[in-house]
Amino acid sequence: MLVNFDSALSIHDALAVPAGRAAAEDRPLAAWRSTGAFAPPPIATAYGTLLNHRDALAALGDAVHQPPHKAPPRSPVLYIKPRHCLAGHGAAVEMPADADALEVGAQLGIVIGREACRVRESDALAFVAGYTLCSDLSVPHPSYYRPSLRYKARDGFLPLGPWVLAARHVPDPDSLEVVVLIDGREAQRYSTAGMQRGVARLIAEVSSFMTLSAGDLLMLGAGPAATLARMGQTVRITIEPIGTLEHRLVAEGVA
Amino acid sequence: MKHARVAWAGAIHSAIADGDQLRLADGTRLAEEQVVWLPPVQPGTIIALGINYADHKKELAKELTLTSKDEPLAFLKGPNALVGHRGRTRRPADVVFMHYECELAVVIGRHARRVKRADALQCVAGYTIANDYAIRDYLENWYRPNLRVKNRDGATALGPWWVDAADVPDPHALELRTFVNGELKQHGNTCDLIDDVPALIEYLSSFMTLSPGDLILTGTPEGVVNVNPGDEVVCEIDGLGRLVNTIVTEGP
Repeated sequence: MLVNFDSALSIHDALAVPAGRAAAEDRPLAAWRSTGAFAPPPIATAYGTLLNHRDALAALGDAVHQPPHKAPPRSPVLYIKPRHCLAGHGAAVEMPADADALEVGAQLGIVIGREACRVRESDALAFVAGYTLCSDLSVPHPSYYRPSLRYKARDGFLPLGPWVLAARHVPDPDSLEVVVLIDGREAQRYSTAGMQRGVARLIAEVSSFMTLSAGDLLMLGAGPAATLARMGQTVRITIEPIGTLEHRLVAEGVA
Repeated sequence: MKHARVAWAGAIHSAIADGDQLRLADGTRLAEEQVVWLPPVQPGTIIALGINYADHKKELAKELTLTSKDEPLAFLKGPNALVGHRGRTRRPADVVFMHYECELAVVIGRHARRVKRADALQCVAGYTIANDYAIRDYLENWYRPNLRVKNRDGATALGPWWVDAADVPDPHALELRTFVNGELKQHGNTCDLIDDVPALIEYLSSFMTLSPGDLILTGTPEGVVNVNPGDEVVCEIDGLGRLVNTIVTEGP
């Protein structure tokens, strides 16, 4: 059931009941089909976390000890997606002409509800307004050392939404299943339980040096392996009970 | 004109710097010491450049793995990093090397997407001074420069004001100077930028839209030294003013 929208943060207060699940999926999609893409939730600054999934880091093997890295990461590996990356549910994202495919970082988005500065892990969940779905797109790139902004910071490269589900409907954000369909076929399925840093610990570590403000988005991190999507394909990400985010990839100049 | 944002008498005001005074919209005139200076721009996207002066590249060569570069080394910052003129920046107690970086900052004035070099300066509203501190102890070789080094609360001073582009006839002929406790430590000239302002706008707008209020911090020349609590760090750029910042000990 669609109950309420908080106008400040677009917090979707859906009830996570079986009947509500169907409604949460179908009604917005029906609206989208008739009216075009949703606007993304009004996020202030979007921060991403890289290599948070244990298997993603493990997959790098001994390379983490070799140059240029020399040592595994100690702090969360963070990056920023600028405001022109934000795109809504149903967006047509333009692929750069020279890319064969984009990497889809399907993940949980944590929307901050009040200023979080030097927050303790045990208190951290109280700073969360709600959760959303993120499709963090990148042009595949080989290096985690000092990658160019043009791989990740392109216009439209962060579809998110369709809404922010109020935190009280997500009692355990560290045991959610993330399912990714590319053109209807399952491409990835993983649980947020596999993260090195769960939601509360990530907020605590990040806020130790960087204040998160109300409306900021902190992405928990993508799954264990890269998922690729190609031109013309549709990406559909589902995290229950939050909902389903869908977007397409189109040629540059088509959107 | 010099455009400032200040807090005074319980409210936030835009102000124009006029000689050694500030003039509020209602005509009130104030001295520099009467106000709290805020970052002069409420930023959208903040883009910063690493290693954009040839001499600074040499200075950092020992720790750089790259041998050459074929595109600007740009990274992003969040609004939490900014602090205004006469602000304080915290130095964590456990670190060995924290340094300032005096930089020419470009304030974007209109939307820019796929802008060519020849048209790029038309997208610039004006210029200001940034002092983009880094804490090298926290440097990790993952998505450099990592945010713990470069996106700390209040560790990027900006201001005192921004100056209209029309009042800066050549942004590539400006001397930059940094003084620590009155002693000149860093000296450079924007004529030595590897990627100049039009090149940066052309490059960035080739893949992302720049919008009014976005900032581009163009990088710093050589001459960075460690600073300690109590140090007063002043960054000066010809025609733009002097940006004062004080280092303090990180609180509880």
